[in-house]
Amino acid sequence: MNIRDQCTWVHSKYPNEAHNKILDLIKMGVSKAEKLEPLEDISIDVESKALIIGGGVSGISSALSLSKQGFETYLVEKEERIGGMLNSLNTIYPDNIKASKFLEGLKNQIEDANNLTILTSSTVSEINGYLGNFNVIIEQDSKIQELQVGAIIVATGASAFQPINMYGYDGKVRVTQLELEKILKEESFDKNNIVMIQCVGARCEERNYCSSICCMTALKNSIIIKEKNPEANITILFRDIFTPGTKNEQYYRKARESGILFIKYSLEKEPIVKKEEVQVFNEYLGKDMSISYDLLVLSTPLIANEDNKTLAQLLKIPLEENNFFLEAHVKLRPIDFATDGVFLCGSAKWPTDIAQALTQGRAAASRASTILSHDTLEIQGSTAYIPEWNKDLCKGCEVCIEICPYGAIRKNEEEEIEIIQALCKGCGLCGASCTKKAIQIKHFTNEQILSEIYALGGREIA
Amino acid sequence: MSFEPKILGFLCNWCSYAGADLAGVSRIQYPPNLRVIRVMCSGRVDPEFIFQGFQSGIDGIIIMGCHPGDCHYLEGNYEAEIKYDMIRHFLSFIGFENRIQLEWVSASEGNRFAEIITNFTNHIKDLGPSPLQNGKKNSKLVDKIKALEMASTSYRMRALVGRERALTEQENVYGEKIPEEEFQELFEQAIYNEYVRHRILVSLKNDPKSVKDLAIEFEIKPSEILDHMLVLKQRGQITMDKIVGITPIYLNVMEG
Repeated sequence: MNIRDQCTWVHSKYPNEAHNKILDLIKMGVSKAEKLEPLEDISIDVESKALIIGGGVSGISSALSLSKQGFETYLVEKEERIGGMLNSLNTIYPDNIKASKFLEGLKNQIEDANNLTILTSSTVSEINGYLGNFNVIIEQDSKIQELQVGAIIVATGASAFQPINMYGYDGKVRVTQLELEKILKEESFDKNNIVMIQCVGARCEERNYCSSICCMTALKNSIIIKEKNPEANITILFRDIFTPGTKNEQYYRKARESGILFIKYSLEKEPIVKKEEVQVFNEYLGKDMSISYDLLVLSTPLIANEDNKTLAQLLKIPLEENNFFLEAHVKLRPIDFATDGVFLCGSAKWPTDIAQALTQGRAAASRASTILSHDTLEIQGSTAYIPEWNKDLCKGCEVCIEICPYGAIRKNEEEEIEIIQALCKGCGLCGASCTKKAIQIKHFTNEQILSEIYALGGREIA
Repeated sequence: MSFEPKILGFLCNWCSYAGADLAGVSRIQYPPNLRVIRVMCSGRVDPEFIFQGFQSGIDGIIIMGCHPGDCHYLEGNYEAEIKYDMIRHFLSFIGFENRIQLEWVSASEGNRFAEIITNFTNHIKDLGPSPLQNGKKNSKLVDKIKALEMASTSYRMRALVGRERALTEQENVYGEKIPEEEFQELFEQAIYNEYVRHRILVSLKNDPKSVKDLAIEFEIKPSEILDHMLVLKQRGQITMDKIVGITPIYLNVMEG
C-alpha cells in the first residue's frame, strides 16, 4: 500500500478520485494484512574464506585487505603471473610512479601476507552453493582443486581494444597507447612528430561508452615524451577531454603549458590517416588541417573480457549492454551483485584507473568481510516453500526446477521437491508456474494476493 | 457521469514499482484509476490472478516488469511474457484480450510509467465497462471465463507454459530443439483444446448433457465435441451418467 508516492502526489488535481483510490488501497492492504503470517529468518553457517577471481590491481587490493583482516583468502589468476594490466604499463598517473616498482610493492605485501594463496594459470570451472557456502572448482593446468568459500569477489578486469583495420593500425608506426607504454619503457625515444587520436572505437555506435582512462593516459604519455624529447611535436586529436578531479585537471594544464597541441574533431568527420600525415577537420577553426607524424598513437577503450559471459553464467550474475558486469544498484549497492555473497570491483565493472581499482578492491573486501566475519548469518525468509498441507499435491513434474533462476529447487533422495531456502530469492516464478499450485511464496501467497484482488472488486472471498 | 474504469496493476518490486514511486516523487500526474498490487517479480503473476480479477469486475489489468535483460531475478520478466501471451490467447476467446497489457518500466522511468498508465486508462475508457462488472451478470460469459481460468491453470497448460523456454531454447537429450513457430502452433492448438474441454466441464457441472446438447450450446461441430469428450473421459474427468433412448448423457466427476 503506497498512498503518498502512488496516490496523493500523482493525483493532486483530483482530490475526490484520489480519496476513493485511497479507500480502495486501504481495503486491499487490510485484506492482505489479515492473511499475513510472521516471516522467520533463516540461519546459515558461513565458511570464513574468500575467493577472488582475477589477479590484477583490484583483485590484489581485495586479497591483501581480506588476508590482513585474518580471513583465509584465495586469489585465482588465469595468466601465468599476477599484476594484470600493471604488467603492460610504464608509469601510473597522476604521480608517475613506475608501474613495475608499484607492482613489486604489491608482490612484497603478498609475500608477507599470512593466509593468502595465489593460484596462477588457474581458472574457475564450476561454482555451486550460496552465500556463506560456495563450492568452487578450480582448474590449475590439469590439476583440479576444490574450495569452500563464504564470499566471492569478481575482479577480472578488462582488455584493451585492438583497433584492427582502423587508422592504418600496424603496431609499429601506428600503435595503441598500451603499445606506446612499452616503447616508453625503453630509455631512448627518437620520434619527433607524434599524433594521438582519442576515442578510437569508443563513444561510437558499437561501444557507446567512455572508457574514462584514455584521456589521462594520453596526457601522461605526452608529458613523458616531452620530458624525454622536449623538441617533440605532439598533437592530440580529441572529441572531448575528461580530466575529472584537481590532480587530473592540473595534469591537463601542465600538458597544455608544455606546448602539446589539442585539436577537436567530431565523430561525423573522423581524421583520415595517410602514410605520413593525418588529415583532420579542426572543429575550432572550421577547416581541414594536415599534420605529419612519425608515430601515430591510437587511444582505444578498455573492453569487457570475452570470458565474462562464462563467469556470469557460473555465478548467475548479470552483464550490462557492453558485457561488463552489472552491479546490484548503481548508487545504493555499487560493489554488490544482486546475488548475495558475490562482489565486484575494478575494470570488470567499468574501466577504472589504478587508484580506483585499489579503492574498489578494498571496498569489495570490506563488503565481503561483512559476511566472512560472521559464524552464522540470518537471511530474509520471504522465500518459496511447500506448505505441509500442500505436500501431497506435488506430483514431481519438475517445472519449478527448470524455471528457478537460482537453482534453488532440487529433488532430494526421496525424490521429493526440496526448496533450498538459502538460495531462494523469493521471486515467485515457481509459485506462478507450479502445475499443482503446491508451492507458495511467503508474504506473497496466492491467498494474500487474491484477497487484495477481491477487496478491490468488492467481492467476498470464495 | 463518465465511465471511470477500475484498473488493476501488478508491479514488480524492483523496476516498475520504483518507477511508479519516481513518478510520485516527481509529481507527474496520471489518471486516478489504477490500483496497484506489488509483487516481487512480474513473473510472480499467476494466470489465476488475472481471471479472478476480471471475474471480480475489474475493467483492465496491466502487468509491469523490468525491461528485458534488466530483471532483478535475471529472467523473471521473460517468464512473465510467456504467461502473458497465454493469458491473452485465452482472453481472446471472450474478447477480453484488449483489457490486459504487459509493459516494461525501469526504476528511472517515472515519466514513462505515467504515460503508459494514462494511455492504458484512456484505452479502457474507450472499451467501456467490463461486461463482467457487478450487476451485469451474463451467465454464459461467467461460465466461459470460469472455463478459461480452469484451462489456464490446469496441470497441462501450466506444465506447457512452464517448460516453454526449456523446450524452445534448450536441446533435449537427442539434441533436438523445437522451433519457436512450431511450438507456437502447438501452443495455440493446446490453448484452444483446453478451453473447449474446460467449457464442457463447466457446462456438465451444472447438469448432465449429451454431445448433441453441448454442440448446440457451444455452436461447435458434434464430432469435435466428441473428440474432446473422449479425452476428458480418458482423463477420468467425466463419466456417462445414463442413456436416454440411444443417447449417452455425460456428467462432470471432477473434484471441486
